[in-house]
Amino acid sequence: MSSLSPGFHGRRRSTSLTDRLPPGQYPTESFPVLSAGPTPRVPTETWTFTVTTETGEERSWTWDEMLALPQEESVHDIHCVTRWSKFDTRWRGVSLDTLLDDVETTAEYAAVHSYGGYTTNMPLEDLLDGKAWLVHTYDGYPLSPEHGGPARLLVPHLYLWKSAKWVRGLRLTPDDEPGFWETAGYHNYGDPWREQRHWGD
Amino acid sequence: MPLPWRTARLVGRADETATARTLVLDAPGWPGHLAGQHVDIRLTADDGYQAARSYSLGAPADGTRLELGVEPVTGGEVSPYLADDLPVGASVEVRGPLGNWFVWRPEQEEPVLLVAGGSGVVPLMAMVRAHRQAASTSAFQLIHSVRGEADLWYREELGRPDPALDVRFLYTRKAPPGSTRPAGRLTAADLEPALKRLTPAGTVYVCGPTGFVETAADLLTSAGQDPATIRTERFG
Repeated sequence: MSSLSPGFHGRRRSTSLTDRLPPGQYPTESFPVLSAGPTPRVPTETWTFTVTTETGEERSWTWDEMLALPQEESVHDIHCVTRWSKFDTRWRGVSLDTLLDDVETTAEYAAVHSYGGYTTNMPLEDLLDGKAWLVHTYDGYPLSPEHGGPARLLVPHLYLWKSAKWVRGLRLTPDDEPGFWETAGYHNYGDPWREQRHWGD
Repeated sequence: MPLPWRTARLVGRADETATARTLVLDAPGWPGHLAGQHVDIRLTADDGYQAARSYSLGAPADGTRLELGVEPVTGGEVSPYLADDLPVGASVEVRGPLGNWFVWRPEQEEPVLLVAGGSGVVPLMAMVRAHRQAASTSAFQLIHSVRGEADLWYREELGRPDPALDVRFLYTRKAPPGSTRPAGRLTAADLEPALKRLTPAGTVYVCGPTGFVETAADLLTSAGQDPATIRTERFG
């Protein structure tokens, strides 16, 4: 008998599924909600998204201006640090490549800011080259407030706390500035495939 | 240094409700934790298959002793096994403590309101106990919403008069005989007296299923509570 958890059998998954499941994750069909505080209600009438460069230059979009940009549909597996993964989630929004296209910067990092005060950080290159979107539609419907509506960031190759809900803008910075969860014990980068969950992982 | 997985032995199990259990583990080398933190539990089958999930700690740090609250999910992979099948004396692995946000520290002096939906009371109970242990004089209130009396966690301990804690039970489906409040979900009227006593700017901790937390947090902000003073933890 194994010295650990005798009688535990668990639920093995087919290889086609486990190939897509990062270590320590389990798949879910539901869409759990995790956030640090109350859900902010942000009206699209007053919503703006602002990119600020390291020199203080700003580029802002209203809701209608953002919707007038080229839109992309994309399908992703998403991975939450609390161990659930959800396959084939369907989103619509604007690629960060589009938003950052004519922004002059030599900054290497982005500090992401949200309505409600949430922040998160990542290397700028993790937002470029088709790796990140500003999304407003989930599975064909407007993104609900508890999932980050009216618009959230989507950076599916990192743990989901990097996909900031209720996002209001990015500040491009020469130095890395740990955000809300990164200062509260979560890993600074958050690669699900390397199980970068907490400090020191 | 990455947080290590440590082997922890189940040393006791107690019923909280007909389905929910408190599990007591002994985890040699445990570094201690704050009230409100959680742990990851990892199970290993004979053939090496592993599954890990997070569980809230129901009691403040006490040497190598960890107290977990487990509410089994129907058809769940891990929780039914932990709740009913893991033999006392057997081992699992634990990793933690985790979460540095949904925590209460004894040096906090502001009044606190805890709002629990069902098994969401577990991390809040750790705060209640840490508050008592520290002999803190800050005002503590707990609103514990459950379906009926049979779903109350920590019934005996929370039922005992405690001058340092104001407890209010809310029944959503079936109120016990003699209740002045009819059964029903949390309303603004339920929070109003607690919020009056929360001034000056206290902290509110809300924990429970997503629907409950959404409702409670919306009611709190509508009542004028500063969103920055409301911390939430959701499951499901």
